[in-house]
Order: sequence, then C-alpha cells, then structure tokens
Amino acid sequence: MQNEALKIVAVSAGLSQPSSTRLLADRLAAAARERLAAEQDRPVEVRVIDLRDLAVDIANHLVTGFPPRALSEAIDAVTAADGLIAVSPVFTASYSGLFKSFFDLIDNTALTGKPVLIAATGGTGRHSLVLEHAMRPLFAYLRATVVPTSVYAASEDWGSSGDEYTEGLPSRIRRAGGELAGMIAGGRAVSGASRAPGLDDEVVPFEQQLADLRLD
Amino acid sequence: MEFGIFTVGDVTTDPTTGRTPTEHERIKATLAIALKAEEVGLDVFATGEHHNPPFVPSSPTTTLGYIAARTENLILSTSTTLITTNDPVKIAEDYATLQHLADGRVDLMMGRGNTGPVYPWFGKDIRQGIPLAIENYALLHKLWREDVVDWEGKFRTPLQSFTATPRPLDGVPPFVWHGSIRSPEIAEQAAYYGDGFFHNNIFWPIEHTKKMVDLYRQRYAHYGHGTAEQAIVGLGGQVFMRKNSQDAVREFRPYFDNAPVYGHGPSLEDFSQQTPLTVGSPQEVIERTLSFRDAVGDYQRQLFLMDHAGLPLKTVLEQLDILGEEVVPVLRKEFANMRPAGVPESAPVHPAVAARTKEI
Repeated sequence: MQNEALKIVAVSAGLSQPSSTRLLADRLAAAARERLAAEQDRPVEVRVIDLRDLAVDIANHLVTGFPPRALSEAIDAVTAADGLIAVSPVFTASYSGLFKSFFDLIDNTALTGKPVLIAATGGTGRHSLVLEHAMRPLFAYLRATVVPTSVYAASEDWGSSGDEYTEGLPSRIRRAGGELAGMIAGGRAVSGASRAPGLDDEVVPFEQQLADLRLD
Repeated sequence: MEFGIFTVGDVTTDPTTGRTPTEHERIKATLAIALKAEEVGLDVFATGEHHNPPFVPSSPTTTLGYIAARTENLILSTSTTLITTNDPVKIAEDYATLQHLADGRVDLMMGRGNTGPVYPWFGKDIRQGIPLAIENYALLHKLWREDVVDWEGKFRTPLQSFTATPRPLDGVPPFVWHGSIRSPEIAEQAAYYGDGFFHNNIFWPIEHTKKMVDLYRQRYAHYGHGTAEQAIVGLGGQVFMRKNSQDAVREFRPYFDNAPVYGHGPSLEDFSQQTPLTVGSPQEVIERTLSFRDAVGDYQRQLFLMDHAGLPLKTVLEQLDILGEEVVPVLRKEFANMRPAGVPESAPVHPAVAARTKEI
C-alpha cells in the first residue's frame, strides 16, 4: 500500500489544439505532483483526460445509456483517482456543455469525498466567478471536497505577473496545487463512501432484502 | 433450447415511407407476427407491457388469450410484466386464467418498468422500484402456491383468507423469469426463488450481460437449486437478415438510424460491435448467437426482437421466415450438441408442455 502510486487525474474540456485549458490542467497537475513529491514517499502518477477526444463517445453514451470502451475507461480513471483536477473553458456564462455532459455520466455518488481542484479559462477576467457560482456548486452536489483555491486564467494572465494587489497565475497555480496535494496526502479521500451497490460489489443476500421489507 | 421472439409493441413511423400505422393496425400486426412465429416453428412469443404512447400492449393477457386460441404449440410469455405497478393479485388471476386457456403454454417475465410517470399513474413511487418488485413478487409467489393466503405488506391492502382463482393448472404455478438489465438485486431475487433470469442483451455490451448472468448463476447455486450451470438463463437479441450481408445493412440502416431507443446516436457498425445487434446474413446471425454461449454458458431460451422501429409487417414476416427456416434449426442442433448432460434443455414451463414436446 505504502508504495502504490498516488493517482492524480486532470480532466480538460478545452476544445482547441493547443488549448489553454489543457495547459492550465497540465500546470495544476505539475504543481500538485511537485508538492506531493516533496512531502511524502509514494510515487505520483498524473493522467490528463482531454474530453475533446471523447466528445462523440459522450454523446453516444447519453443516447444509448452505456459508455463506449474509451469513455468507460476515462470514467473509471476519474472515479479511482486520489485527487481530481477539473478544468473547463467558460462558455456562455458557465462551464462548457461538454464538461457538464461528462460529469452527468458519472454516478452521482462516485465522487463522494474526493479531493477536487477546480479551474477555468476564458478570454477575459470578468468571467472568473464562474468557478464559485457554477463549478463549485456542481462538485458540492456530488459531495466532493473542493480545495479552497480555484484558479481562473484569462488570456491576459498568461502574459502578466500579478501586481501589488493580486498574485500572478504561477503563484495561484502553486497555491491551489499545494492545497490539493495537502488534501491527498492528508488522506482526506473517502471516495465512494456512500455509493449505490453495483455489479462488482458484494451481493446483498435476498433474506436481507426481504427483512428490510419486514416480510417473512 | 427454446427460441422465440419478443415485442415491445411500439407504434413507430416507417422512416423510409413516413407512414405511421394506426394502433389497430399495430395490434393486428402483432397477432399476425405471433401466428407466423408458430407457423415457422418458433417456441415462444412474448409481449411487453406499456401504459403510455407510442406503445399498444397495455393488456397482455387479452392479446395472449387470443393467440392461445389460434395456436397449438407456441409458449405465450411476457417481456416484461410490470411487477411494480400491477396488483400482484390481478397478475395471479390473469396468468392462471391464461394458463388454463392455453393448456399450460404460459410463462411470464417480471420487470420493473423504467417510465417514470407510469408509477404515479398507478399510485406508486419509482424510487420504491426494487422494494415493490420484491414485495409484490413475494405475494404473487404465495398466491400461486397456497390456497388460502393471509398477507400483510408495505404496499398493498392486507389480505385475510384470500384465495386467488382459478388455481394454477394442475396445481403448477406458471414458470417465472426475472428480467433486469443492471440491477444485481433482481438477479439475486431470481436466484433465491430458483426462477429463471432473463437479460434483454440488446442495449448493452455482452460483457455486462455476462456479469449479470454470472451473478445469478453463482447465487442460484448458493441457494441450493442446483449447480450454477443448471440455472435457467434467457437472453434477448436483435437481428436483421438478408441473403447478402450488404443488402441487410442497406435495408436496415434507416430503421436503425431512426430507432426510438438508440437512433441518432452511434453508427450501425459501432453499435453492432458494442452490442449483440447483428445485421447480416443468416450465417452471421448463427455465428453471433452461438457466441453468446461463450459469454454466459449453456442457456435455455433465446428471444429475438424483430418487429420494432417502424419495420413494416411484410418485412417482419419475411424475417421470421428466415429465422424459422434457416437460423433456428441450425442453432437448435449446435446448442444441443454443445450442451453437457445435466444442464436443462429448456425452462420448466409446465408438465403439459413437456409431455407435448415429447410426443412431437
């Protein structure tokens, strides 16, 4: 157990290639990895999932009710992660539809207690509260544990270094990554704590199902 | 092994002509399809039960009673009977009556139904789906096995000194299957009673079907009804056939692309790869169907969905000819050759049916 790798999964809903959303996801993952490496002995694995590659699979799952293989594997990676980084571009005053559709396909108890770092990108800093008004409530509903610092990167942030009133993007990334690392290392992850039973779980004996109904 | 067809009973516009059959036409077509099933030597006809448009089969035993009178050998079944929203007392009465009318050629499949509003329309709560299925079936099971029943449960008014009439034919309750796509509780329920388990096997990958069947088999053995291999398993399947594979694909594609459940989603090719859907030659259907055995082991009943998505009656009847003449005879032989001794050949529907099969 001690030497099993800690798994960080970053989900990026960026659509262009290259994508600043993906870039932010990479930077956040690197910050969390760096802090984890400094503070404990277990190796750290990072995986970034680009939702763009799964866009058709996501639409098909919505229509058919079951995930194609690549999507199923991505969902498993997210639910099994020790820490999750979720990054979306801001589209029409919120996270993108693709971002929401992906999380719609994850069982609503599968992220319970999972440490999550939320981040977003946009053309202007005026959309930054999307993180607090849209993304944080989404993960609150899923009963994930969202770290206090969320990171918003406007286009201009990639070319400025903050000022006497505000920290620049690099230090915000470091702080948020550090918070995620702290939560992972502190063993706050209690993922799946109240998950509904599935096919891979121990079966509930029928006598108990009957007893719950108080039948003989 | 038993082979047959199951119908959803959807009224769907034919996407190639834009024509929508009337409810009357759809109901009459269902009868023609059932009679054809008997004519081409299939063993089972099963109808769904729905209480909302665009579906017509809200009254399965009426339809099955008519078919019973017009057939000699066909086993009449359901796919599924709503154990959640129907009164189990009425199910006991309706299907025992049908059993008498059909001289034992009756079994039925329990299902929960997944249409939200149907529950409140019948005074029930969909969030109680599993508990309803468990309690209502516990009562149904008792009503067919005990002449006088005292009962008190959560979901229905109590019964004191109640006798469900008529009693099952020769005192043998209709055989019951439990159908579920993904609820382990239902596989467990089927195993507990030693009843059959049916997986619809149409919309999901076969690996998932295998998991559900494996769970049922293992628990069937746990409850001491026999070995895991002896558990009674049924599968669905969906096929469209023409002599040449390419012709089948060309003709079926518009129906697939516009089908109510999965239409406007994945391509026919992707869906055929990800699920048991087989569109091609009779030989391809034979090979694919035999491959189900590799996933779930030797099983007892295979039902095909043949008449949905707006396919015209004439086409459906042609499909049944191909199924009965070219596919099922080969499958019967192949499955029988592979089946080890001690594994039941078919579901124990009724001694009267077993006796008749021996005569034939």
